[in-house]
Amino acid sequence: MASKYANLTVRGYRRDNGRVGVRNHVVILPVDDISNAACEAVANNIKGTLALPHAYGRLQFGADLDLHFRTMIGTGANPNVAAVIVIGIEPGWTKRIVDGIAETGKPVAGFSIEQNGDLKTIMDASRKAKDFVHYASELQREECSISELWVSTKCGESDTTTGLGSCPTVGNMYDKLLPEGIYGCFGETSEITGAEHICKSRAVNDEVGERWYKMWKAYQDDVIFANQTDDLSESQPTKGNIEGGLTTIEEKALGNLEKIGRTSRYVDILEPAEAPQSGKGLYFMDTSSAAAECVTLMAASGYVVHTFPTGQGNVIGNPIVPVIKITANPRTVRTMGEHVDLDVSGILRREMTIDDAGDALIDMIVRTSNGRNTAAEALGHREFVMTKLYRSA
Amino acid sequence: MTVPHLLVHEKKDNVGVVVVENLKAGTKMLCVVTHDNSSFELEVHDDVPIGHKVALCDIGSGETAIKYGEDIGKFVADAKKGGHVHVHNLKTKRW
Repeated sequence: MASKYANLTVRGYRRDNGRVGVRNHVVILPVDDISNAACEAVANNIKGTLALPHAYGRLQFGADLDLHFRTMIGTGANPNVAAVIVIGIEPGWTKRIVDGIAETGKPVAGFSIEQNGDLKTIMDASRKAKDFVHYASELQREECSISELWVSTKCGESDTTTGLGSCPTVGNMYDKLLPEGIYGCFGETSEITGAEHICKSRAVNDEVGERWYKMWKAYQDDVIFANQTDDLSESQPTKGNIEGGLTTIEEKALGNLEKIGRTSRYVDILEPAEAPQSGKGLYFMDTSSAAAECVTLMAASGYVVHTFPTGQGNVIGNPIVPVIKITANPRTVRTMGEHVDLDVSGILRREMTIDDAGDALIDMIVRTSNGRNTAAEALGHREFVMTKLYRSA
Repeated sequence: MTVPHLLVHEKKDNVGVVVVENLKAGTKMLCVVTHDNSSFELEVHDDVPIGHKVALCDIGSGETAIKYGEDIGKFVADAKKGGHVHVHNLKTKRW
């Protein structure tokens, strides 16, 4: 018998490659830091466009450069983006990003600044951006199955209430929607420390579990133990976590892992910003636990809605993906309610079950996909933060 | 059902989480174990902020804190039953 979630639909934008988006951005994407000014000028000229300034893209090499291209191309390719203008200092890397995005079939055009200057580049790119706005603004939402959604998760400014309420709410949603065929994604490699035995056991099979454990262990050895100068007592957990009552990384990790529910299993492991290749299901992405970096990577891998449990009240948003904030902390609801999309503090009062909260989150995902602006969107939170693996050449 | 002051994840846990604001020392807390909805009463001996932990029994320095039925670190000072548990008496075993 079909579950009560099987017939849920959302009104989304179906892109040429078949994927479903829930937003319809025309993005002005800088290849590198020194092209930010031109991108911001184009976005200022042409209303309905969105510049994504960032700090990198020069003299990177090796795996770090690969990640840069993956993040740039993935961001442009995301189904929440209708069309893309790419601007770089020179034509080579600009074309590489344009070609990557063009594989989706969406309109994309590249401009480079050398031998043109900012002003001519801005004029040419603005004309094209205007065409793209006309194109995008005529696209219509259509009814799509909820099974076509890609929904990622990452928690932030966690406290003990996230492990009791908001993270299990996300887990309950995954337990209900993954069987319907959605793609899910969780990550935060450092923040599984203390619950790694449980995370390893939640792989779809031993081979994937072993690969996950190797990845986690490599992070411990190569990053934490190689660079630590103290017990990380103000970094992981953060000062905010400690204020909220979390004492140790083990405690934080066990709460974090509540986000994958009771029955869900991850099918594969993704490099940062890597698109899933193993079909529908839940994926683990090797990411930082810093909110903006993590959400930016998940957006670049193709996820279109993000669910974000918070305890003390992380205000993060993302420019292209709606970030749904869920909290179970009544003090956070009271003191910073404008950042909260879903209040599940009833769980702490035993007035609301985890099952009720999961259904409420599914309803909020549907409403958000249909066009409801999230708190972070309404408040203008557009944190676009690239992950950098090591310093540039 | 009356609103609980303290939630405990699993039966075997030796710490629980305060889930109300402005909890004062001396309050006889209603404590609920979320795993099976069982409840018990415990007097809290400190003013403990919402989200912070309380020891469910006397715990000696060097012992392990259990939450979610799992090891969340080691006590580095004694904790009294009903007392505040946080960075002053509990520490990670990892970093």
